[in-house]
Amino acid sequence: MIRACTVDELPPGESVRIPGSPAIAVFNTEDGELYAIDDTCTHQDASLADGWLEGCFVECPLHAALFDLRTGMPTCLPAKEPVRTYSVVVDDGVIYVQGVAAEDAA
Amino acid sequence: MKRVAVVGASLAGVRAAQELRAQGYDGGVVLIGDEPHLPYDRPPLSKGFLAGTTSRESLDLLDAGDLAALALDFRLGVRATALEPADRRVLLSDGTSVHADGVVIATGGRARTLPGFEGAHTLRTLDDACALRAALVPGARVVIVGAGFIGAEVASTCRSLGLDVVVLEALAAPLEPVLGPELAAVCARLHLDHGTDLRCGVQVSGVSPAGVELASGALVPADVVVTGVGMTPSTEWLAGSGLQVGNGVHTDTGLVTDLPQVVAVGDVARYGGRRHEHWTNASEQAPVAVANLLAGHSARTYLPSGYVWSDQYSGTLQLAGHPRPGDTLSYVDGDPSSSSFVATFSRDGATVGVFALNNAKLFNRLRRQALRRPAVV
Repeated sequence: MIRACTVDELPPGESVRIPGSPAIAVFNTEDGELYAIDDTCTHQDASLADGWLEGCFVECPLHAALFDLRTGMPTCLPAKEPVRTYSVVVDDGVIYVQGVAAEDAA
Repeated sequence: MKRVAVVGASLAGVRAAQELRAQGYDGGVVLIGDEPHLPYDRPPLSKGFLAGTTSRESLDLLDAGDLAALALDFRLGVRATALEPADRRVLLSDGTSVHADGVVIATGGRARTLPGFEGAHTLRTLDDACALRAALVPGARVVIVGAGFIGAEVASTCRSLGLDVVVLEALAAPLEPVLGPELAAVCARLHLDHGTDLRCGVQVSGVSPAGVELASGALVPADVVVTGVGMTPSTEWLAGSGLQVGNGVHTDTGLVTDLPQVVAVGDVARYGGRRHEHWTNASEQAPVAVANLLAGHSARTYLPSGYVWSDQYSGTLQLAGHPRPGDTLSYVDGDPSSSSFVATFSRDGATVGVFALNNAKLFNRLRRQALRRPAVV
């Protein structure tokens, strides 16, 4: 389990990139749902944390591939491969991502 | 409609074929491509594929599942040589023809060459990229004519391979007519910061075994010469079809030609007097063109996002909208001397363009929020 950031640091509509291998992108949707996926787009090298968040989808900032944050599945080209999804837990005001090698573990 | 011929098997043609299926068309789709390869993506050809870091397989636009689902009738390695609307036929270079009720013209174009530069490398196709890659051996001195996106990306890749690179540009600064002098200077700086010898305001006269000859009489020594001076739309095969051609095939703003059963997409499509040569454009036009083809008339209008990107050296450049010379440039974040910044172009009080260097997040935010309304000509 790795520490992402505090809840206060990730308001609705925002995202954060956690460096590492792999890098993880954590999103807080406008509805206040938290999701974590692999940060690197499966199409070409781009950080999905920099992408455009709309509902529970994120659009790759470079080539507009769209991923469903709930499943990691791409919903349109040019991406074809899903990104991995991770479960997110909040404990005492801190957001953690589960199931990632704990390189940057707090 | 029983059969649609999609002429051109690159991104625009493939997207059109996919859209036909996505919009419920279940007739035959013949996909005609003059290259022998199954459809592939071109942007990596000047970047990762040329550098050897991106595999050939990853270029494929269609995987086995896509191929099975789309059920396309491929005619690869043959050119379309004529369109005969009266007989509803597309003639092919192997002497065969395809009967089709609908035609999608997606023939793109070919790399433009300069007089005196016959035999120099160009970069548009997979075969071009393989030939250039084979020439980029250690120690090769590379001279690139043209500092547009292709020239800049090839220069960047060559530098990453450790090669000495000279870029010769006729303009005062790279991409100046598109970006204006301030941002053109940023592009020039990217070259210089990464050890590329960029020379602007240079007229070339030809290539010789020793290198590139300049109009001044000087010689720039080269082992590998690449020209990146734009492309020419492939419309020759439409002579005699009755369609209007000239800098592309002319369509209305819904990408429909003078014949309602013939639409055009991608680099070759000149819609409402405009033509774009970009990946996003080729991708975004297909849904509109196909909808109008299936409707039998121009029911939908194509609104271009004008989004382009380029990866050069350490930088990702992104541009959206359709700025013109004379637009007012404002820096929203950073400044042109920084390694990451975002600028907007405005005209008559409206934001008409967004440009970013290494700031995709803010770029997309502005593109969505400030540039939400489509550009109006």
